[in-house]
Amino acid sequence: MSESPRDAFLAGIRAVAPIIVGIVPFGLVAGAAAVNAGLTLLDAVGLSVVVFAGASQLAAIGLFGDGAPLALVVVTVLVINLRMVMYSASIAPELLDEPRRWRTLEAYLLTDQAYALSVTRFERAPGTSRRWFYLGVAAPLWVVWQVCTVVGAVVGARVPPWLPLDFAVPLTFLALLVPAIEGRATGIAALVGGGLATVGTGLPLEAGLMAGALAGVLAGLVAERVVGPDAVGRDGDGPGGGHA
Amino acid sequence: MSPPPGPQVWLAIVAAGLGTFLIRASFLFLFERMGGVPPRLERALAYVPAAVLAALVVPALVAPDGTATVLGNDRLLAGALAALVAWRTESVLATIVVGMVALVALGAAGTFV
Repeated sequence: MSESPRDAFLAGIRAVAPIIVGIVPFGLVAGAAAVNAGLTLLDAVGLSVVVFAGASQLAAIGLFGDGAPLALVVVTVLVINLRMVMYSASIAPELLDEPRRWRTLEAYLLTDQAYALSVTRFERAPGTSRRWFYLGVAAPLWVVWQVCTVVGAVVGARVPPWLPLDFAVPLTFLALLVPAIEGRATGIAALVGGGLATVGTGLPLEAGLMAGALAGVLAGLVAERVVGPDAVGRDGDGPGGGHA
Repeated sequence: MSPPPGPQVWLAIVAAGLGTFLIRASFLFLFERMGGVPPRLERALAYVPAAVLAALVVPALVAPDGTATVLGNDRLLAGALAALVAWRTESVLATIVVGMVALVALGAAGTFV
């Protein structure tokens, strides 16, 4: 019996709670950097609401500050966010039955963290309500992002230097990566993905990340041919992804 | 020194936001049009989480400043410890707490050594 919407939503909130802290510094910077570049508070909020994608927002802010052509800003943002095509494709099978209005909302809220936490949970606890767990994860992220943008724009982004809050973000992905490696094929996908992304880390527009992810998927497929697919995901009564 | 950005930035913001939304929505609506997920694509999608998560994590641990460093890399050390915790506890919270504490501790140790 699948869980109630409320339970699934709360489970999503519990899953995302530990990593909220990690996005605070980024949200603050999204606001503060915008103002520092000469944008207004409304511009900063506009970026966070309309674009809602941290890395691309920062790139856009930098370009606005440099007086770059608007078309360049748009293209830059889109290229940086291109990786979300993979998230979309990966999570779409889970949301196929969603009515279009809900899917529109779910699409709007798609971020690295919402994707990673949800995909992990759906595999490990297949009875989970797709919509409500996902929204439980994604909605708090959106709210915190907006609040931090405003706060950062108004008071600046002063985080104590000895407190590297931003490290919580890669730690979250690490915590989700470990169970995602179920055997040799996924292990190779991770190795190649992580390796190539590291090699390409200096490339602009998050190209290294995108190239690494694509290469990792290809490597996984090749490995599957050679060593066979990994065992299917864990049984449903394993610990849910991200339990507090 | 370029002049401060004016209200025309909103043209770019809206265009970028629309495009980003379309990227996010792409397969969420495409698969419906295609009548489901093509089997080959489905097999490839099985590897997206592992590949993407690794692509997000490894550079942040190995090359936090942009160039790969192994020696004296606090984040790598803290991350390795956190990975161990992730493997044993399967808890995101424990992983984050241990990783953060480790990084802060290494940073403090570095200050005094």
